[in-house]
Amino acid sequence: MNFPVLSAITFVPLLISLIVLIIPKSKENLIRWASTILSLIPLALALYVYYVVQADPGTMQFREEYSWIPALDVYYRMGVDGLSAVMLVLTALLSTLCLYYSIYTVKDRVKEYYFLFLLLQVGMTGVFVSLDFVFFYVFWEIGLVPMYLLIGVWGGKRRIYASIKFFLYTLTGSMAMLLAIIAVYLNTGTFDILKAAAAQPFANNLTYAAVAFWAFFIAFAIKVPIFPFHTWLPDAHTEAPTTGSVILAGVLLKLGAYGLIRIVLPMFPEQFAYYSYEVPIIPILAVISIVYGALVCMAQWDLKRLIAYSSVSHMGYVTLGVSAAAASLHAPGADPTSAIIALNGASLQLFTHGIITGGLFFLVGMIYDRAHTRQIKDFGGLGVKMPYYYGIMMVTGFASLGLPGLAGFWSELFVFRGTFAVIPTFAMIGILGLVFTAAYILWKVIQHVFLGEFDQEKWDAATHNAKITDMATFEKVTMWPLVILMVLVGLYPSLITRLLNAVSTVLLNNF
Amino acid sequence: MQIFLFLLPQLVLFLSVVLVFGIDLMGSKDKQWLPYLALSGAVISLGISIYQYGWMDFEEGIVLGGMIAMDSFSRFFQIFASLVAVLIILLSMAYMKDKSPYQGEFYSFILLVSFAISLLALSSDLVMIFIAFELLSISSYILTGFFRHDPKSSEAGIKYFLYGSLASAMMLYGMSLLYGVTASTNLIEIARGLVGIDPSLNWVVFPAIVLMLVGFGFKTATAPFHQWSPDAYEGAPTPVTAFLAVGSIGAGFAILIRVMITALPEFQMNWVALITGLSIISMTLGNLVAISQKNIKRMLAYSGIAHSGYILIGLVSWGSGVLGTVFDGLTGILVYLLVYLVANLGAFAVVTAIEHKTGSNQIEDYAGLIKRSPLLAGTMAVFLLSLIGIPGTGGFIGKLLVFGSALRAEYYFLALVAIINSVVAGFYYLNVIRYMFFQPLDEPAREAIQVPGSLSVVLVLACVFTLLMGILAQPFIHFVQTSLKLVLS
Repeated sequence: MNFPVLSAITFVPLLISLIVLIIPKSKENLIRWASTILSLIPLALALYVYYVVQADPGTMQFREEYSWIPALDVYYRMGVDGLSAVMLVLTALLSTLCLYYSIYTVKDRVKEYYFLFLLLQVGMTGVFVSLDFVFFYVFWEIGLVPMYLLIGVWGGKRRIYASIKFFLYTLTGSMAMLLAIIAVYLNTGTFDILKAAAAQPFANNLTYAAVAFWAFFIAFAIKVPIFPFHTWLPDAHTEAPTTGSVILAGVLLKLGAYGLIRIVLPMFPEQFAYYSYEVPIIPILAVISIVYGALVCMAQWDLKRLIAYSSVSHMGYVTLGVSAAAASLHAPGADPTSAIIALNGASLQLFTHGIITGGLFFLVGMIYDRAHTRQIKDFGGLGVKMPYYYGIMMVTGFASLGLPGLAGFWSELFVFRGTFAVIPTFAMIGILGLVFTAAYILWKVIQHVFLGEFDQEKWDAATHNAKITDMATFEKVTMWPLVILMVLVGLYPSLITRLLNAVSTVLLNNF
Repeated sequence: MQIFLFLLPQLVLFLSVVLVFGIDLMGSKDKQWLPYLALSGAVISLGISIYQYGWMDFEEGIVLGGMIAMDSFSRFFQIFASLVAVLIILLSMAYMKDKSPYQGEFYSFILLVSFAISLLALSSDLVMIFIAFELLSISSYILTGFFRHDPKSSEAGIKYFLYGSLASAMMLYGMSLLYGVTASTNLIEIARGLVGIDPSLNWVVFPAIVLMLVGFGFKTATAPFHQWSPDAYEGAPTPVTAFLAVGSIGAGFAILIRVMITALPEFQMNWVALITGLSIISMTLGNLVAISQKNIKRMLAYSGIAHSGYILIGLVSWGSGVLGTVFDGLTGILVYLLVYLVANLGAFAVVTAIEHKTGSNQIEDYAGLIKRSPLLAGTMAVFLLSLIGIPGTGGFIGKLLVFGSALRAEYYFLALVAIINSVVAGFYYLNVIRYMFFQPLDEPAREAIQVPGSLSVVLVLACVFTLLMGILAQPFIHFVQTSLKLVLS
């Protein structure tokens, strides 16, 4: 029997969390370092998976299948293709960086923090590797509880409100998804995600198909989040501790989009196409998310909230790309290449948004740790005082607004290139988002925070005489891997797209 | 001989009742060991019933003049009853020690109610059912009002008694109507008598079903027959509350399942409609009222009403199912019952431990529990998550089975109500978690809460089982399915 790599990636964090549980509470440093160093194991395994999968990224590999609950026909099914492999690397990388960053920043209830964080990693990783609906759902929900506690215990002032809002929103979506999963099972007779998709559930009953489609769609839309289901996000992001925001933006939002691509699109292509082309509800929502999210950013004076809303806007590109790919089914004369490009853009955006916004939240956390304020108006002229920080922020911010040569550019280019060929109206409106993004990054983030004269008095008044220091070594170490990736993917996107393209091609050719 | 062996767990329980009561009556000075005597009686009974279930074969059938059903369903509830006795005694040991001088009475009544539970689940005749039902009810009234100097406890006892007598009377009336139609009190004879019945008699059978449902609804704390439960839960000594929430509810569902499926399959269309209504009312009312509760015992009482509603979904959707197939409904009802009871028992164990130490049952006094006792806060979180139905805990498997059966039987509206309710329930359960984990302590010097040994046994057991049922669900589902096979024939 082969070594069960995927099980290892998923459950090694669980093992580490149990080790953390055993270590006495007082040995905080041991807990911190042990979990960080051990978390390199899933990262290394994820890179190995990436390396192996890239040889043939279009097929499911590393398959594992064991009977789990025979009475319910539930299996322990795992497998990865190019898309999941990329997401695995992203999850493992951000988790390790967060654990490392927490060594220096989390002082309170260290043991519980590390325990919960590792548990969260189990849930996130599991979603990307499961190929069985119930199994998928189990991981989907398991991540919810630690995230709820992370926000509620280590969060900011309105953490209680934010955490419960986060939990209830997601729970609502999950419950809808649970019913849809059962309905699909009753119709197709299997919980296997791939087989169920191949069986095309409810193909002969359009009403049921539409209901099941919307149940799945809403569950994932809440997580993405797509307007109007996005209101939990600004609260959760703003109140979560820095690492919580990083994981929320970097990985948790991706779970929803991943679900759209992995489950909804292949299983309900007809419905997805119908609601993307004939009755274009989905692209409308996507465009609203993009433009509205960006406009809210323009009006935001809380730096963290600004980044949070920028996620709404940026995840809108993903939805737009996926819906363009779906619409190509019904759009007359749409060429399949454009559909594949749009889907590639959407999947690439998952990765690039993960590293860029993850990085931005780290950066916001760093300035907050110094100033204990996030109000943009309190800052100004920091470029002189913190040149290193300024530099890193510039790169990350430019990547976020899609500057060519950095990672964000490619995903946006692909999304719009694909969408223009299929549903041009929405692409044209959506592109406004790019303009607004450039505006708020340059104007709000760069100009207000870094440029201009540094006013010592204003700083002292706003931060109660906080000391102003440039980035510490651990902060640099946290940021560099992300910055390197931004540049690397920016210069050589096929590092990632090669894997994604194969998946998109297989997905869209199966229609 | 076989019947004697089959009833051995009950005989042991009853013998222990007599023994504990008798020794207490003899006036022995030192009564410290009475709980241990009761405990050993319960443990022996549990051991025998488990041995019987796993390693002994009985000729399945109706015995003792049609009074007792000797089938796996009975054996399942024999284990259940003895287990309840063991766990409730463990819960009570530390709690009751300095709260009441009447140790002997208390433990003999705990054993007696457990005896009554198994008797009720074993019954296959309306007369026997009524006797066991009354034995269970009357002992429960006494236990509820056990702190007779505490006005709340006395009030709870009286209230429970008044509601209970009314419910029993109505149930008895329903039974007599059924007897009038079929000329038999035996469940199987009734089922035969109802086949091809003159349609004009439907107007007798239908009220009979309604009246009997009042009685069962009362026992299972199903809305709208639930009014006793919040007050009784709040006033009763906490271990007794745990018993009411676990033992009594379990027994109620046992007899509900047996009567509906064995005796009334002919009128399934009728009772399914009634129970659907009860289920919707129960879920919605229970959850909505639970939100505003400040006392954790009352909150758990209302949430229990809601859970009764979820369980009934399984019975409703049983209709066209085939036992052993996926989502057959009946498996769901018993699995849900099992996971709910374990989680609920655990939750009440935590409540007992906290009340024992702080004397308070207010949810706001759970603030900062994680600092005062990580064990209590951690296990309570597991129980509450199971009650919400988060994967990894047994509650998820229960929900999956019950919702699945509703969809399979095409009760879409019922499924929709159930999921909306699950989200509502998430809110108030999380509220407790929020207090335990997020709220800082009022005074920094609040002392830690020590959990007595007997209590932590219950806690750890309930926690382990809650997690096991979620992760390795197969053996439990299999166990439940074997236990259900014979009630149907």
